Amino acid sequence: MATTMFDRIWDSRVVADLGEGWSLLYLDRLLVHDLSGGRAMRELAEKGRRVAEPGKVFAVPDHALSSAPGRTEHTYPQGAKLLASLRERAAYEGVRIFDIGTPGNGIVHVVAPEQGIVLPGLTLACGDSHTCTNGGVGAVAFGIGSSELVHALATQTLPQRRPGTFRIRYEGVRPAGVTAKDMILAAIGRFGAAAGTGMAMEYAGSAVRAMSVEERLTLCNLSIEMGAKTGMVAPDDTTFQYLAGRPFAPKGALWDAALADWRKVPSDPEARFTRDEVIDMAELAPQITWGTSPEMVSDVTGHVPLMEETAPSRRAGLEAALRYMGLEPGQKLAGTRVDWVFIGSCTNSRLSDLRAAAEVIKGRRKAEHVTAWVVPGSEMVKAEAEAEGLHHRFTEAGFEWREPGCALCVAANGETVPDGARCVSTSNRNFVGRQGTGARTHLASPATAAAAALAGAIVDVRSY
Amino acid sequence: MQAFRTVEGTAIPLMEANVDTDVIIPIQRLVGSGREGLGEYAFERRRYLPDRSDNPDFVPNQGPYKGSNIMLAAENFGCGSSREGAVWALMGMGVRCVIAPSFGDIFFSNCFQNGLLPVRLPIEAIRRIAEQTEESPGNARTTVDLERKVVITPRGETIPFTVDDRKREAMLDGLDDISLTMKHAEAIAAWRDKDKAARSWAWESVA
Repeated sequence: MATTMFDRIWDSRVVADLGEGWSLLYLDRLLVHDLSGGRAMRELAEKGRRVAEPGKVFAVPDHALSSAPGRTEHTYPQGAKLLASLRERAAYEGVRIFDIGTPGNGIVHVVAPEQGIVLPGLTLACGDSHTCTNGGVGAVAFGIGSSELVHALATQTLPQRRPGTFRIRYEGVRPAGVTAKDMILAAIGRFGAAAGTGMAMEYAGSAVRAMSVEERLTLCNLSIEMGAKTGMVAPDDTTFQYLAGRPFAPKGALWDAALADWRKVPSDPEARFTRDEVIDMAELAPQITWGTSPEMVSDVTGHVPLMEETAPSRRAGLEAALRYMGLEPGQKLAGTRVDWVFIGSCTNSRLSDLRAAAEVIKGRRKAEHVTAWVVPGSEMVKAEAEAEGLHHRFTEAGFEWREPGCALCVAANGETVPDGARCVSTSNRNFVGRQGTGARTHLASPATAAAAALAGAIVDVRSY
Repeated sequence: MQAFRTVEGTAIPLMEANVDTDVIIPIQRLVGSGREGLGEYAFERRRYLPDRSDNPDFVPNQGPYKGSNIMLAAENFGCGSSREGAVWALMGMGVRCVIAPSFGDIFFSNCFQNGLLPVRLPIEAIRRIAEQTEESPGNARTTVDLERKVVITPRGETIPFTVDDRKREAMLDGLDDISLTMKHAEAIAAWRDKDKAARSWAWESVA
């Protein structure tokens, strides 16, 4: 029978059928970070248990680390305690740790693909909702809570209910100025922030086939912003070239065996999905959010909806969002004054993102009143960017070149956007207070964010 | 996990869509603290005025809703971040059951790990509960009965809901998933041996 990629991988990892659609699912890789990793391993010990397969667990501190240039683990003291606990527990359990300042450190979902930890056909879980990012290489990767993490560490399995499948095919040629971020934001705007609830997304179509792995990771990253359990792109030669030679990717004869298996991973051509949608690339333009949910998004040339354009049941929500955002119904987005710009996060902090942002600068300088941060996704990204001289292009334009980590995306490290300030951010969530109490977040691509920093306002990057 | 059988109380009509876990508990409150004591920080940014007094516009602060144990919401409650602290914070403010048309998947799973019951009902049914409650909030009682899988509205209407038996039984008894999974220890070991032979590349590269 024709099978989807998601179901194929799922079926291959079922240890036991638990009934009612529930399976005991084997997890090939687990990732832990500083915010919950140390605590989860401590809880495990309190239950009298040990990590079942320490070799398959990777600890990457990222959330509560300062991104300030020259930072140490003590720059943000609360984070230092979490890191100490993660480090101590990882050593006790024999779990590998990519510690702060060492070459493998960075945002956990940037690190896992770049180290070859996540591979096609594998299952991977992490106590972080953006784990779905890792599906960009053709894995089933999903976020879990901290109790589930304890369970996963203890057994290398999780009882899971099989989700449905939702495919979005992006067909056609990508218009100029449209990035992976714009493609996924447009989908969330079209289908809604809950469209993927109980679903595994597969992104396909000619425009996805033409994407780099880094772009696919960005696409999959925002699957959770559609409510989906995971997002995936079928592995292909682009994926294999990306993974070859990565530290934890198979080598030699194992690589050949892996490749043979990976070529069988993609969905069968006749496979049926629970929901199947097509997006015509010709219709897409650069996107920017205007509200407090990622579904509140528009073409950058558009305007904030009018009350009469909004369903009556949604008007109270619109009103609350606009009050928080300091915007008026019908207001044109372009020209809205911006105070902060953040380029970073597991969504958009990879080398290609930084190149795209630097490309927009073209020797110009940021607007005087704007604070602009660039936070590379990992030590590896930072080193590669510096080898190309990207950091100079940012600093010469008045942007701050900072240290790797989650930083302003989640504001768990003491770094926040000030109350009332408006920030164009390449991250993934524009929730109330996400970047700090009263912070107003507009999600956009690295190119659109860089253009906003130069103009001091929201602008259409295609004409800037 | 705290066992759950039946709760009865005034339903808090927080009838909003896309209530995310960042709003339920700010991340700053989860850096360095445990799961205890989060109740006072639940909905912190909306619940308090700058002087830390209650914000009277926030529905859960109003009259009989304050400290109540059942919360009503619109679509996609608990979307966003996987932080289990959202569940701990809700329970810390006294909430034992949230009724919404849909939930964020990770939040939904986290609820069952802790004894907070998420109930999915059609939005029309939730609106009816809200309306019946708002007619006389001081006297309106809603009952959520997990054993019978029903919600009883303030006017006595009985609305059935569905919940996986596996989750229901664990919650009725307050059972921990790990001990249940450990019953499959032999199956896990056998599966691993088989997979190791079939897909050595997935094992050797991290050995």
